[in-house]
Amino acid sequence: MADLTTDFVGIKSPNPFWLASAPPTDKAYNVRRAFDAGWGGAVWKTLASEGEEIVNVNGPRYGAIYGADRRLLGLNNIELITDRPLSVNLEEMAAVKADYPDRALIASIMVPCEEEAWKAILPRVAETGCDGIELNFGCPHGMSERGMGAAVGQVPEYIEMVTRWCKQYYDRPVIVKLTPNITDIRKPAMAAKNGGADAVSLINTINSITSVDLDNMAPQPTIDGKGSHGGYCGPAVKPIALSMVSEIARHAETADLPISGIGGITTWRDAAEFLALGAGNVQVCTAAMTYGFRVVQEMTAGLSAWMDEKGYTSVAQITGRAVPNVTDWQYLNLNYVTKARIDQDLCISCGRCFAACEDTSHQAISMSADRTFDVIDAECVACNLCVDVCPVEDCITMERLAPGSVDPRTGREVQADYANWTTHPQNPSAVAAE
Amino acid sequence: MADTHTPGITAHRLSEAQIAENFSDLHPPLDRHEARVAADRCYFCYDAPCVTACPTEIDIPLFIRQIAAGQPESAARTIFDQNILGGMCARVCPTEDLCEGACVREAAEGKPVEIGRLQRHATDALMARQSHPFTRAAETGKRVAVVGAGPAGLACAHRLAMRGHTVTLYDANRKPGGLNEFGIAAYKSEGDFAQAEVDWLMQIGGISLEGGKALGRDLSLEALVSDFHAVFLGVGLAGVNALRAEGEDRDGVQDAVRFIAELRQAPDKSTLPVGRNVVVIGGGMTAIDAAIQSKLLGAETVTIAYRRGRDRMGASEYEQDLATSKGVRIIENAMPVAVHGNGAAQEVELEYTTDDGSGLTGTGERMRLPADQVFKAIGQTMTLDCGLKLERGKIAADASGRTSMDRVWAGGDCVAEGADLTVWGAAQGRDAAEDIHATLMGVAAASTGAVMGEAART
Ligand SMILES: Cc1cc2nc3c(=O)[nH]c(=O)nc-3n(C[C@H](O)[C@H](O)[C@H](O)COP(=O)(O)OP(=O)(O)OC[C@H]3O[C@@H](n4cnc5c(N)ncnc54)[C@H](O)[C@@H]3O)c2cc1C
Ligand SMILES: Cc1cc2nc3c(=O)[nH]c(=O)nc-3n(C[C@H](O)[C@H](O)[C@H](O)COP(=O)(O)O)c2cc1C
Ligand code: SF4
Repeated sequence: MADLTTDFVGIKSPNPFWLASAPPTDKAYNVRRAFDAGWGGAVWKTLASEGEEIVNVNGPRYGAIYGADRRLLGLNNIELITDRPLSVNLEEMAAVKADYPDRALIASIMVPCEEEAWKAILPRVAETGCDGIELNFGCPHGMSERGMGAAVGQVPEYIEMVTRWCKQYYDRPVIVKLTPNITDIRKPAMAAKNGGADAVSLINTINSITSVDLDNMAPQPTIDGKGSHGGYCGPAVKPIALSMVSEIARHAETADLPISGIGGITTWRDAAEFLALGAGNVQVCTAAMTYGFRVVQEMTAGLSAWMDEKGYTSVAQITGRAVPNVTDWQYLNLNYVTKARIDQDLCISCGRCFAACEDTSHQAISMSADRTFDVIDAECVACNLCVDVCPVEDCITMERLAPGSVDPRTGREVQADYANWTTHPQNPSAVAAE
Repeated sequence: MADTHTPGITAHRLSEAQIAENFSDLHPPLDRHEARVAADRCYFCYDAPCVTACPTEIDIPLFIRQIAAGQPESAARTIFDQNILGGMCARVCPTEDLCEGACVREAAEGKPVEIGRLQRHATDALMARQSHPFTRAAETGKRVAVVGAGPAGLACAHRLAMRGHTVTLYDANRKPGGLNEFGIAAYKSEGDFAQAEVDWLMQIGGISLEGGKALGRDLSLEALVSDFHAVFLGVGLAGVNALRAEGEDRDGVQDAVRFIAELRQAPDKSTLPVGRNVVVIGGGMTAIDAAIQSKLLGAETVTIAYRRGRDRMGASEYEQDLATSKGVRIIENAMPVAVHGNGAAQEVELEYTTDDGSGLTGTGERMRLPADQVFKAIGQTMTLDCGLKLERGKIAADASGRTSMDRVWAGGDCVAEGADLTVWGAAQGRDAAEDIHATLMGVAAASTGAVMGEAART
């Protein structure tokens, strides 16, 4: 069994799976159950200033997107930060930390963009004995209208300023949680780093409207006939989160900034992918909200089994391993030529590849009267769409043409060497290959 | 009260409640969620094999996608466009031999998309409101006689009425529906569905039903041809083959079809008499249905004796398994040679057979089975004789239903073409109607094939 113990910016936890700041971490009761189930850490539901009134809606807070059999693929919420008094939360945090000293406990904080507000809350948070703080600059609804959350997260100067205050008035690690509702995620990450942040965590939820009630012509979830955008999370957001994590991990100025990966993590594999793209640990919300805390047992067992299989002995060995292979499109090897291949033994003759290629792609699949489907190499541009729509795993694969052979589509010999767009003859601004 | 061990042929072998439970829906309807899950399994195949396998060529992937997208009533419209008896077909089609047998997921996993049950989900949704989705075209002034109100006649009458023709629908029986009403197993067409379907179908208008009028008795083909612009015959197979076994006339030896018809019409099935030991001779759907329903009425032992191997039986493997799961025993390669008894039947004597390719011969080995009731289910025959050219004992007709006589069309079980199934009746009735319409109006016949995937086939 691989050792899953994680040291994230000096914060130790028995495994890299933390619960993200959200309803699962809103009370001692929940967090205790989570730790009993095996979670390595928890970021407490975001705290507000003493006396800041937080009132949630009393109608539905969530909207959902489903896949087959009502499998939850995406969740949208319009919940605010904690609506319980600050003192109650702080007392409970202290008690939980005392009872679970080996688990990571992080305070998530969102207070107004004023130095006094941070100066007031930070010492009280420190008293709980928690291991660090996370600055919630991400909440995209409600709080942003009061100039907090995403309203701060979208202005790099504010991020830097607030982070600096926190480093000044608090002596444990400061993690800055980023909003994805921004064009270039590297900008807020850089600001956090400049302000002295120990790490960033991302992503918070994405602005979203789940659906529209077509009888009442109102967005859902609907509160008395009206709806507002909320924040989207769950499996559907994973690809967006992965991309953002990788951008920070491979950007020269932020490459050394530790990352806590968040967004759609549902199984050990999702977590391993975040780690590979640069995360030092991960946070989970929707998977726990969908299946309960016990899901962590599959995550820890799965990650550990995979690490054993691959010979990794620590989580740190995984962090960033795939980052060198993330590149820009212009550097992709244009001499890498593949063709789709259909395994006739596995093929069930549904014809989806044919419909996809014939109607929407390159007319590179033929269909015979007896429903045999074959790839026409002279037309196949290797887009991979047929693989993606085929319902049978591994039935269609992309096979590389050996260097020296001729690509029937272009009539040109496949070259063994690497050549990308920057040197391509059709690129007007190509540089001569060396 | 009698029980399963009471000798002879008697009613009340089981309690009323038990019988009601035994005859409940074979495949209970899918609820909304189940239907969505089942619909989600469809791959929306290109030029889907299930469509080709359906005699009426319903656009199956489309209607399933409509269910998945939350519109079962639109799905029903897609079904009824091709097959106005889509509701009954959803219940009675041997889908394992038709659409579901061709489903790519059958090939892939041995678990096809549940097309039949999805079709029922959709058609039930629309029919529950008794809402009829079609309207009649403007009156054409043409009058057509349709003889036989079974699936073939009903489908033909509906399509003709839709095209604006005026239809007189004759049937020898007072009650319309044909074998939908008198033949299909009770647990497949629960809750008087056959009559509800006829009533719903008639909402199109322009069809007047004349029950109790038999061709050959009350009507003649010559008169119909001279009184109407066109005639369609959907008279089914009214005759029953003889056993040609000694003792065939003993009490207790009956036609399976008649037994089933009585059963279908009985308001309280517990009053139906059934034997303690029942033997059914035959291998088709009728044999299976008679056997299963005898068992459901409380017979102690029920045996089907078929003269060839099980793989040659007309009933599908699924139907055979259904029978054995209800406790029916199937003896293959055995033919009846005699019914023994003292006035009433007591035993059936069977002889084993071999088939060397040139025909069946008895092996000489015989056995006797106790039998106080024997059902003959060895096929129905065409009895109508009205001067039309025949082929294999049935009316010869081309793909559009044209017979050897001018202005006379035919379809369903009474024609040689196709299998004796409800869905074939629906397809042939529809296609004949389109051809009649084209002929009477001097226009080209509408294509009734599914429009999808045509490109790929050319
Ligand atoms: C016991 C049994 C079970 C079956 N189970 C199934 C099943 O599960 N699934 C399936 O798909 N198929 C099944 N079939 C077959 C199916 O019922 C027939 O293929 C279908 O009903 C044929 O339709 P049709 O309109 O040609 O004939 P029919 O349904 O036989 O209708 C013919 C109509 O014509 C009338 N008629 C007959 N002679 C005259 C006349 N001289 N003048 C006026 N009217 C006349 C009859 O009264 C009847 O109403 C079963 C058949 C039987 C016997
Ligand atoms: C109902 C709900 C409430 C949330 N509240 C907070 C919050 O108070 N503070 C915060 O930083 N993030 C909050 N989040 C965002 C999550 O912490 C997390 O960043 C996001 O859900 C993405 O992770 P996931 O895909 O695993 O759910 C909330 C999410 C949900 C679903
Ligand atoms: S890879 Fe793309 S172009 Fe090639 S056969 Fe598949 S769908 Fe067509």
